[in-house]
Formats: sequence, C-alpha cells, structure tokens
Amino acid sequence: MDLSLFVWRQQAPDVQGEMVAYSAKGISEDMSFLEMLDVVNEGLISNGEVPIAFDHDCREGICGTCSQVINGVPHGPMERTTVCQLHMRNFKDGDTIFIEPLRAKAFPILKDLIVDRGALDRIIQEGGYISVHTGGVPDANSVLISRKDAETAMDASECIGCGACVAACPNGSAMLFTASKVSHLAALPQGKIEADQRVRSMTNAMKKEQFGNCSNHYECNAVCPKGVKISFIAKLNREFIKSMISGDSSD
Amino acid sequence: MLLIRSSVGRKIIMAVTGQLMVLFVILHVAGNMTIYFDLINAYAEKLHAFPPIVWSYRIIMITVVLTHIVFGLILKIENLLSNPHGYVIKQSIRKTFASETMIWSGAFIALFIVYHLFHFTVQSINPELSARLNTDAMGRPDVMNMLVGNFQIASIGLFYVSGMIALLLHLSHGVQSSFQTLGLNSEKSIPIIVKAGKLAAFLIFVAYVSIPILIMVGLMDL
Amino acid sequence: MINGKCPPGPLEEKWEKHKDGLMLVNPANKRRYRIIVVGAGLAGASAASTLGELGYNVEAFCFQDSPRRGHSIAAQGGINAAKNYPNDGDSIFRLFYDTIKGGDFRSREANVYRLASISNNIIDQCVAQGVPFARDYAGYLDNRSFGGAQVSRTFYARGQTGQQLLIGAYSALSRQIKSGTVRFFPRTEMLDLVVVDGSAKGIIYRDLVSGKIASRAADAVCLCTGGYANVYFLSTNAMGSNVTAAFRAYKRGALFANPCYTQIHPTCVPVTGDHQSKLTLMSESLRNDGRVWVPVVKGDERLPRDISEDERDYFLERRYPGFGNLTPRDIASRAAKDACDKGYGVGPGGRGVFLDFAEAIGRLGEAEVRRRYGNLFDMYQKITGEDAYERPMRIYPAPHYTMGGLWVDYNLESNIKGLFVLGEANFSDHGANRLGASALMQGLADGYFIIPYTIADHLARIKPGVVSTDHEAFVGSVKETNERVEKLLSINGKRSVTDYHRDLGAIMWDLVGMERSEDGLNEAIKKIRALRNEFWDNVKITGEPDELNQELEKAGRVADFLEFGELMALDALERKESCGGHFRSEYQTVDGEALRDDSNYAHVSAWEYKGTDKRPFLHSEPLEFENVDLVMRSYK
Ligand SMILES: Cc1cc2nc3c(=O)[nH]c(=O)nc-3n(C[C@H](O)[C@H](O)[C@H](O)COP(=O)(O)OP(=O)(O)OC[C@H]3O[C@@H](n4cnc5c(N)ncnc54)[C@H](O)[C@@H]3O)c2cc1C
Ligand code: HEM
Ligand code: HEM
Ligand code: SF4
Ligand code: F3S
Ligand code: FES
Repeated sequence: MDLSLFVWRQQAPDVQGEMVAYSAKGISEDMSFLEMLDVVNEGLISNGEVPIAFDHDCREGICGTCSQVINGVPHGPMERTTVCQLHMRNFKDGDTIFIEPLRAKAFPILKDLIVDRGALDRIIQEGGYISVHTGGVPDANSVLISRKDAETAMDASECIGCGACVAACPNGSAMLFTASKVSHLAALPQGKIEADQRVRSMTNAMKKEQFGNCSNHYECNAVCPKGVKISFIAKLNREFIKSMISGDSSD
Repeated sequence: MLLIRSSVGRKIIMAVTGQLMVLFVILHVAGNMTIYFDLINAYAEKLHAFPPIVWSYRIIMITVVLTHIVFGLILKIENLLSNPHGYVIKQSIRKTFASETMIWSGAFIALFIVYHLFHFTVQSINPELSARLNTDAMGRPDVMNMLVGNFQIASIGLFYVSGMIALLLHLSHGVQSSFQTLGLNSEKSIPIIVKAGKLAAFLIFVAYVSIPILIMVGLMDL
Repeated sequence: MINGKCPPGPLEEKWEKHKDGLMLVNPANKRRYRIIVVGAGLAGASAASTLGELGYNVEAFCFQDSPRRGHSIAAQGGINAAKNYPNDGDSIFRLFYDTIKGGDFRSREANVYRLASISNNIIDQCVAQGVPFARDYAGYLDNRSFGGAQVSRTFYARGQTGQQLLIGAYSALSRQIKSGTVRFFPRTEMLDLVVVDGSAKGIIYRDLVSGKIASRAADAVCLCTGGYANVYFLSTNAMGSNVTAAFRAYKRGALFANPCYTQIHPTCVPVTGDHQSKLTLMSESLRNDGRVWVPVVKGDERLPRDISEDERDYFLERRYPGFGNLTPRDIASRAAKDACDKGYGVGPGGRGVFLDFAEAIGRLGEAEVRRRYGNLFDMYQKITGEDAYERPMRIYPAPHYTMGGLWVDYNLESNIKGLFVLGEANFSDHGANRLGASALMQGLADGYFIIPYTIADHLARIKPGVVSTDHEAFVGSVKETNERVEKLLSINGKRSVTDYHRDLGAIMWDLVGMERSEDGLNEAIKKIRALRNEFWDNVKITGEPDELNQELEKAGRVADFLEFGELMALDALERKESCGGHFRSEYQTVDGEALRDDSNYAHVSAWEYKGTDKRPFLHSEPLEFENVDLVMRSYK
C-alpha cells in the first residue's frame, strides 16, 4: 500500500520544527509501524537526506522507548499497543498519517520525534523504591503476600515508562505514571513502611518537573499500552490523604 | 502546607469544596421544591429565623466558593503551562466536553451566583418584585411572587436555564471526579460512580430548571 | 595458557573461602575510588546500585534514554533458583549440575556452583525490593518448571519477569542516583576502553544527543553491555544491542572467549519479508502444550486444518520420543531448521513450522489455554494478524542469546586489570548452551553478590585517582575515536548501514548459524572480509557528527559486527567438535546428534587481538571437572 505521511521534523531542541510531507510507497501490511518508517528512512538516506529520528529499542512492546503520536493518539490507533507493535494492516492504502512527538512541557524535544523523558526517571528517584540494602534481607517466603496484593502490585508495575499518558493528558500530567509506582509499592507489605514519605515526595517531584495536575480526564488510561488502570490514581490519592492524616505534616 | 502546595493536595481541596457545594445545591434544590407544595414562603421564613446560623453558614459557603474558585484557577493555569505546545492533530478518546470545560462552566456558575445573589438574596434586581417588600397573605416575605414574577420575564428565565446547564455540565464531570480525587472508589465501582454522578447531575438539573421552565411556559402561576 | 584462578577446595566451600581471602577497602576510602559501570541491564543496574550503596563513587552509562530500558526488560519466562520451595527434590547441587550439563560441559565448575548457590539470595533480594513474583493462594511464592527442567525452580512475574527484575534493580539504582553515590549518563555510548600500563582506567564515550566525544577516568571499569546476537541482523535482541563495548575492549587487549557459542531459540515468530527488523520471541512455555509439526508433503499449501493427521510429521515427537516437544532449545531449533531446509517448511518462504494447540484446546478447553497463554496468543495476533486459537501458530528459530563474551577469571576480572565484565557480556557460566531462566540469574548474581566482593580486592591494591583524562592514553583515544567518526561520515558511498548489516546477517545465519561446516566457515570469513571492505568504501551515512545521529550510531556498531563476525567464524572453525549451540556438520553421530570431543576441546577458547587483518592469537583455558562426569546429552 501507499501512504502519505506528515512528520514533525525538528533539528535540535531550540530550533523551530515543522510538519514535513513524505510518501511511503509499497508498504506491506506485515510491517510494523517502525518498519514502515525504516523504509521511508532508507529512501531518505539514499537521497542524501537526514533520516527521521525516532526512539525505539526492543521493538516488542516492553522497553517503553518508542514514543510517537500517530494521528493525534500516542502509540496510534490500536488499544494497548505500543508503536513498535502496531502493524500496518491497521491502515489502508492511501491513508494520510500524521506523526508527532510526545508533547508536554516536561518532555523537551531533542530531535524530530525524540523527546527527553528524564523527568520520569527523576520522579522515581524521589522515592519510587523500597530502601533495601543489598544482602541481609529475610528469606523470600518469610513475608507472605496475598495473591490479590501480588496481582495488584503486578498490574501497577506493568508500566513501561513510555510517557504516553503524559502526552495524551490535556494537562501534561504524569499522574498515571506516578500512581502506578506508588500503587505498586503500597500494595506490598515491604513497601508500606515508606508509603507516606514516598507519595509525598513523588508527587512533589511531579510538580517540580513541571508536569500538570490531574483533572481526571482519563485520556491517559485510554492510550496506556499496558492498560494501567485509573483506579491506581485513586489509590495514589488515598495514599496521599493517608499520609496527611498519619504521617508527620512537615513533609 | 502540603495540602496547599502539592498538586494532589490542591485537587483534594477542589474535591472537598466541590462536594460541599454539591451538598449545598442538593439542600437548596430540596428547599426550592417546597414550591410545589405551596410551602416556599413558609420555608423561606423558617430558614431565616435565626440570623447567627444564617450568617455562619454564609461565611462558610463564601469561603468554600472562593477557595474552590481560587484553586480552580491555579490548577487551570498550571495545567495550561504544562502543555504549551499543541499538537497539529489531537484526538481525544475518553475525556468529555464537560471535563474539558470545567473552568468555563465554573466561571459561568460564578457569574450566575453573583447575579442570583443580587437577584434573590439582596433583591436589588427588579425590586418591585422583591419578597422583602411584598408580603403574602400571612405577612411573610412573598418568595413565590418574586419567583413567578421574575421568571415570567423571558430573559431572566433563560439566563437561569443556562446557569443550570452550566451546573449540569460541571457536575456531570465533577461529581465522579471528586470521588476519584478523594480515592473513594475502586476499579469495580468507577463505572458505577461515573454513571451515578451523571445521573445525580441530571436529577439536580431537572429539579432546578423545572421551576423557571414551568413558570415560563405558564404552567405555574400565582 | 590462561588461568581462571578458580579457588581450590571442595566445591561448596570455594566461594566462601575465596571471599574471606579477598582484600577490603576501608569505608572512609571508598568514595575516593571511582568505578565506571557501562550498561544498565540487570547486570549493570544491580552492580551500579550495589557499588554505590557501598560508598564507591560510581558513574554509570547506557545508550538508552533511561536505565529502565536495558534489554533484560524483554525476558519473559523467569529466573531460576534452588529454593526447593515445592519440595520436589531441588538443591543447589542439582541446579549446578543441570546448568553445567545444559552447557554441555563447557563451563567452569567453580563458577557454576557459585551461581547456583547465590541464586537463592537473588530471590530474597528481589522480593525485598518489591518485585511482584507470582504467588499461590496462601501467599507463598509460586514456581513453574521451565526449559525442560525436571523440577519446578523457576520464579516468574507473569510473562514479564525480566521487566520486573529490571525495575527492581532500576529502583535500587534510582535510590543511589538520588543519594548522589551514582552519577548516571543516559544516551551515551562507550566507544573505547582506556588502558594505562595494563590496567583499565576509563572509557571514551559519545554523548548521543550532542554528538560530543568525551572521556571519564576511573579506578575500575565494569562492562555490563549485554550480548551480541544482533551480529545476525535479525535476532530477538533489541535494535540497539551490540558488541561495540566488548569488542573495543578486545581491541585494547581483553581476551574474547568462545565467540562462536550462540543460542538459537526455537519458538520465534517467523520472518515475513525483507523489511523485517527484528524477531520476536514467543515464550518457550508454549511448547508445554503446543505440538510441533510440518506436512509430510513438501510445499503443501493447504490450510493446516485440511491436512489430516497422517499427513503430518510431528518431527520432535518422532525423533525424540523421550522429551518430545520439550527437547532443549538447541536440539529443537536444529530439527525445525532441518525440516525447513528439506523443503517441508510452512508460511512465507517456507521458513516456519507449525506449533499446534488444537490438541491442547481439545484436552484443556479454550478457556484454560487462554488463561495459560492468552498474552502470547494476543502478541502473535498483533504481529501476524492470525488467530492461533483457530489455526496453528507458525514458529521459526531465531538467534537469541550469546554464551560467548569477554574472558573473565573467577573474580569476573578480565586479563586487563581493573576491567570487570558482568552479565551476558562475559562468557562465564553457561558453557556452550544456556538453559532457560538462568541468564537473569547470572546477571543479578554478578551485579548484586559477586562484583562487590571481587572489585574491592582490585581497588584495595591500588591508589585511587592516579590517572586523569589529561593522560596521553585518554587524549590519544579521544582523537582516534573522533577520527573514526569522521572517517565513517566522509565515505559518502551508496549503500545504507542497514543494508550492510542485513547482508552480514545473512552470511552469519547461513554459514555461522545453527549448523557450521569447515567449508562454510572459510567461505564466511572470505565473504565477511569482502563485505567489510565494501562497507568502508561505500557506506552512506547522512547527518552531522555533532548532533543526534542514529545512522552514525548504527554505523559504529555494524562496523564492529563486521570485524567480530569474522572472529566468530574463526572460533567456530577452530572448535572441531559439536557442543551445545555450536554444531559442526562434520562432527555428528550417525543419527545426526552433536558429537562432543572432550579429550581435545574441553577448554575455553580465548582470543587475543593482534591487529587489523592479523590472525588473533588463540589462548586456551582447560576445563577440569572434579565433581561431575562428562556424559553425553541425550533426549531420545
Ligand atoms: C526476548 C528475550 C527473552 C529472554 N528471556 C529470558 C528468560 O526468561 N530468562 C532468562 O534467564 N533469560 C532470558 N533472556 C536472556 C536475558 O534476558 C539476558 O541475557 C540478560 O538480561 C542480559 O542482561 P545484561 O545486563 O547482561 O545485558 P542487557 O540487559 O542487554 O543490558 C545491556 C546494557 O548495556 C548497555 N550498553 C550496551 N552497549 C553499550 C555501549 N557501547 N555503551 C553504553 N552502554 C551500552 C545498554 O544500554 C544496556 O543498558 C531473554 C533474552 C531475550 C532477548
Ligand atoms: C432555578 C433555580 C434556583 C432558584 C429558583 C433559586 C432560588 C433561590 C431563592 C429564592 C433564594 C433566596 C432565598 C432567600 O433568601 O429567601 C436563593 C438563594 C441562594 N441561591 Fe438559589 N436558586 C436557584 C439556583 C441556585 C443555584 C444553581 C445555586 C448555586 C450554584 C444557588 C445558590 C444560591 C445561594 C448561594 C443563595 C443565597 C443563600 C443565602 O441566603 O445565604 N441557587 N435561591
Ligand atoms: C463558582 C464557580 C466555580 C468555578 C470557577 C469552578 C471551577 C472548577 C474547576 C476549574 C474545576 C476543575 C478542577 C480540576 O479538576 O482541575 C472544578 C471542579 C469541581 N467543581 Fe467547580 N467550580 C465552580 C463552582 C462549582 C459549584 C457550584 C459546584 C457544585 C455545586 C462545583 C463542584 C465541583 C466539583 C465536584 C468538582 C470536581 C473536583 C474534583 O475533580 O475532584 N463547582 N470546579
Ligand atoms: S502509565 Fe502507561 S502510558 Fe504511562 S508511562 Fe506507564 S505504560 Fe506508559
Ligand atoms: S489524562 Fe490527565 S487529567 Fe488525569 S486522569 Fe489522566 S492524568
Ligand atoms: S521499542 Fe520497546 S516498547 Fe516499543
């Protein structure tokens, strides 16, 4: 099939970018979206042009590196699917496709479709962990965890840190991302001990990194490739309220 | 203070003040419903019987409303700043018109409230219909007369109806949103709360608009 | 002859005794030692966080934008440990034995035993970090059997074990970054190792955003840069996985051990066409219930359901009645390739065999099959557009893991002092074949529990910070690296980097893949050389050196693969036996099984670089087996 593409090209962070038109010819429906872009890039290279820069690594939907907004939806039209797992059989011959980077204040564009998501790492650095030393821990079965709690923790920690939630959120909020980590750890007995401090410092970090506030639009969940649930945002809110009631208020 | 500085804390303030106002609009609409039993004048009189209570509750409500407005504005401004570059093309999947326009429906409600206070509380708009100046047969302020007289003026009636539409929009997102913000839900109950929130908003809306509409179409008269 | 420095004494006591003999660094001095950790997969993230926590001054690097994305994240199946929670007869010795036998007796007893004994600590550590392993209804950890093991010793977190373990290590690392003990450099690629007087003293790297070539000095360098299966172009590895860091260290004098040992995984989604950029692994667990077959008639293009039972060849069940569909990876892969080579393959280009769940659906019901494998069936559907509940999956083998790597001694230290190599990047524990669920175990054992002890022994013997980046070795290496970048960009030929990579992959797959022969290997070497020469004359890379330039990144990696591929072929040529993942067609039994030659090849082959276009020198480290008998693997 043949497609027309409009792709955001921006040479460097502080250079003005623009949408540029390309055509992708002879695309097979077995290709992944990124393989389609590979084909376009090979064409650009052979014309001596600079290929479209886009982030990707595992190409199997787990590393969270790939990040594009396709026709206005982060990760494109298919539910629960990363760009790298999106296949061209979901498009038709003659389609026009708009490809843009994830946009948010907290995600400066580095080049073309590549943005800097370091802010998400910095949120985790503010408490997205259990402060355990290496070694000197008890036997793994000495603390029992109900299957339900383990499953909740697992649901939450499926987040791949792709940032699509931020890009989809009308407020540029990282609430779903942050909530997934807070909920993962708060569901486990090992993580409960630091829960008060964690939820406060992580939400503070979210603000400091210039993410917006959550107004419960739920767009984030709609585009999340791992289907991280919005009930985790409610859980974060609960944890926050708990920390205000039980924790010391000096924060 | 954490509650004021934190993003989540601010949201909690919005939700608590929002829920207090929801409580208020429910009580208020229930009071207004006395009109259908021809008891509104009696009700209004009882309500104002004991000034210290009236005034302390008024002060609380003013604080609540102002807090809600101030934080609503702060959040909105922050949110606009967090996403300064728009997309060339953006599709929405789950957000709603109501959720997107909270600030506008809210602003309209604010406008409505100001007008409404001058109208029915201070009664400086259309003073000839004022309940304070006109008493009913039993010597009570004639609220019934004030309502009917005012809503017979089409522009006023329509303004009220549009105020109620704004309220409908605001609450159809706001009610369930406040449960989410306060963490008073679960994966299972979210869809139920979303529906119940919309239903509540709709019921409140119907109850409120029924009065001006019935009066406007002439089904309710003195 | 090289020496792995395995400690003497009874197997069970080696590591404990050895640890007691290692020197320690005074706590007050630790922060004066700088350690560079390259790579943030399981090995790198666990090492960097642990060393940081101990108080060393750690600087860590990875080419992804975040340390949460190393390719360890893709591991699905699980991680082994000898906990014996199910009480089914497992023990440290048994895990040790299975691993050393699985590796076809081509690894060191001492290393493998240590790995097995540390395995239990890993599970404890990960649980304490909050890794949400699967649990039973009583709240205890659940285990499953994996990769044909006869005991249930595999811990798992849904189909995302690697992800969850990596997130655990990443969070530990994040904690250290916050506390200031680890400084992290994302989007950087190590391009050279700096060696001063025989000791590793730092690295040269490219900042992938600004394009600037820079350097950092340190008192020790840990390479945790993963495997090199991407030499085949198509593999289950991530697009960025590469041999560059290890290969440049090799060029600076580090020995490269057993490069020819590669693992081809039998259950991957087949190639659909030339556009294919990578292959996706379907978890091995599918073989627990799926039956592998091909039609008995060549080129049979009927729909699978129209092919009757007696027109099907369940070739694994036929050839290996004992293990059937559960034969180890190397054997299952070779059998599938064999069937396709003979013309029985199915799907585009005849490169695939069926993995059929009809029988399992009949026996267990569709709901149960969905519960067990639903996510894999969904993934298959996304990629192929086919519904595997309706028709059999098509699978084909794909390069997956590389057992070879930089040579290290028992301390994980290479022959270059102060250069430590961890995880898949070293050669140490899997011999000629790796068992399922043991790579995650090894990466974490290396990072959490071995390197903290052994690196101290190196550091305690040296003064901190003696070499700085002003040293001529650094200046010279920065210059060389810049020149290489300029050279690549100045060629301005006709063909893209990916073109060359694809060609190299085809050579490697055909001639240095699952089955190798002397003629084929010689031919491969010739072809690789020709391709390499062409590359340096005719590659086309657009863009500038001083900007984010992904083509340039790729070019550097492919250039290294073009040299490294030759080393693999050479190693395969020299190893005149078949063992594990290395199958030489000349060395097989009458019924086509691998024929090991323990009297001549029970050794590690470690190659020393001797200069461009010069034959590298082959060192060998004999492998001694005191605790196990060298038996023939048989799965009949
Ligand atoms: C699809 C798949 C499934 C698997 N499933 C299992 C399983 O179920 N169980 C199991 O035990 N094993 C499994 N394995 C194997 C296992 O995942 C890997 O062997 C292991 O995770 C490797 O870890 P590592 O830390 O050594 O390397 P990696 O995780 O590959 O990390 C390498 C790191 O090095 C960095 N790096 C590389 N080169 C450079 C450079 N030049 N400069 C800077 N940084 C660099 C990268 O950025 C990355 O952070 C699987 C492998 C694959 C591919
Ligand atoms: C058709 C709809 C409405 C009618 C008929 C109505 C009627 C009235 C009347 C009669 C009073 C004066 C009571 C008195 O002083 O005796 C009043 C007061 C008030 N109304 Fe409404 N109202 C309506 C909608 C609303 C709405 C939607 C809101 C808020 C969002 C609102 C907020 C108030 C407030 C704040 C007061 C002042 C209460 C006080 O005295 O402290 N009203 N309303
Ligand atoms: C007076 C003018 C008002 C303004 C300017 C206003 C503004 C807002 C805004 C901007 C929000 C969204 C906040 C966010 O999620 O970021 C909001 C939420 C809300 N508002 Fe209002 N509002 C007003 C009046 C009201 C009234 C009268 C009610 C109830 C009757 C109300 C109930 C709510 C509720 C329940 C929420 C949801 C809180 C949450 O999401 O947790 N608001 N308001
Ligand atoms: S919550 Fe979902 S969308 Fe957001 S970063 Fe995690 S996986 Fe991506
Ligand atoms: S879309 Fe944004 S507003 Fe909240 S619910 Fe999701 S973060
Ligand atoms: S490239 Fe890894 S998730 Fe898409």
